Amino acid sequence: MLPELASVYWRPRASELTLRRSGRVWTLWTLAHTVPFIGAAVLLIALNPVTLPVALAALAQAWLIPELYVARGANVVRPRGPVARSGAEVAALGLLGDLIGHEPRALHARTGLVLERGKLGAWLVAETGALLVLPGSRRVHCYCVKATDPKLPSSDRIAHLLLALRADESGFATVANLAFSGAPWRLRRRLPKGVRPALDAATDAGRAMA
Amino acid sequence: MSRLIRMDQTGHTTLAEWSAEDQDSVAAAVQAFRAELDRGYFAVVSEGEGHAEQVRELPLHAPLVILRRPIAGG
Repeated sequence: MLPELASVYWRPRASELTLRRSGRVWTLWTLAHTVPFIGAAVLLIALNPVTLPVALAALAQAWLIPELYVARGANVVRPRGPVARSGAEVAALGLLGDLIGHEPRALHARTGLVLERGKLGAWLVAETGALLVLPGSRRVHCYCVKATDPKLPSSDRIAHLLLALRADESGFATVANLAFSGAPWRLRRRLPKGVRPALDAATDAGRAMA
Repeated sequence: MSRLIRMDQTGHTTLAEWSAEDQDSVAAAVQAFRAELDRGYFAVVSEGEGHAEQVRELPLHAPLVILRRPIAGG
């Protein structure tokens, strides 16, 4: 059990059930933010076509809000800038390489993310966040989570999260903050091109787990 | 030879190396291990993809024990 769970004692422990539920709640929350704007736009046009500019503004709002949520989700795995090839980073990269197999090591070299298959789904671990592609690959959860020491090399940050994930996957998903939940294709559009192959690999892994 | 390493700003630092048959090296490793736990580090033994064990006592037969900082939601 992760010791960090003590800091989020009020949260229910993550499980397949809570992940499914939080995904549905996220979808309903998004609908609640967009449907009123769409409804208002339709109503305005129906009442008086002169209000078209206002209706278009409402539709833009309905489009923008979900896009902002997706962008927030993509940010959790966005590279934090070029990785310094310092001695510390090389040492950290060596340790991370020892912890993962050949396939995740090659993926990390290409994308900066580490693929880890768990019981809850396929994880992609980054420096300051993680993605969880649920079995079947119809939904991805984006989590904001990081090591508390800000001066660690990039690969050590990933190793911190990876070890915590391996020690207690459910606890890891409980400690992490959910930044977005939705369809992988929506997230993929917002990811940097260099990171997309990692999401593709995770969705492949998620499909294999269904 | 087993190793106790701490992930830190240098990448990682080897704090102790021991062999289960060498009591002096074990005692030094246990002392280093407890000192780091007191400083707020957590100890983990990785057991391959998908598996790691959080430990509170130094596992003498583990080849590698890694000390990590706490994580938190961002």
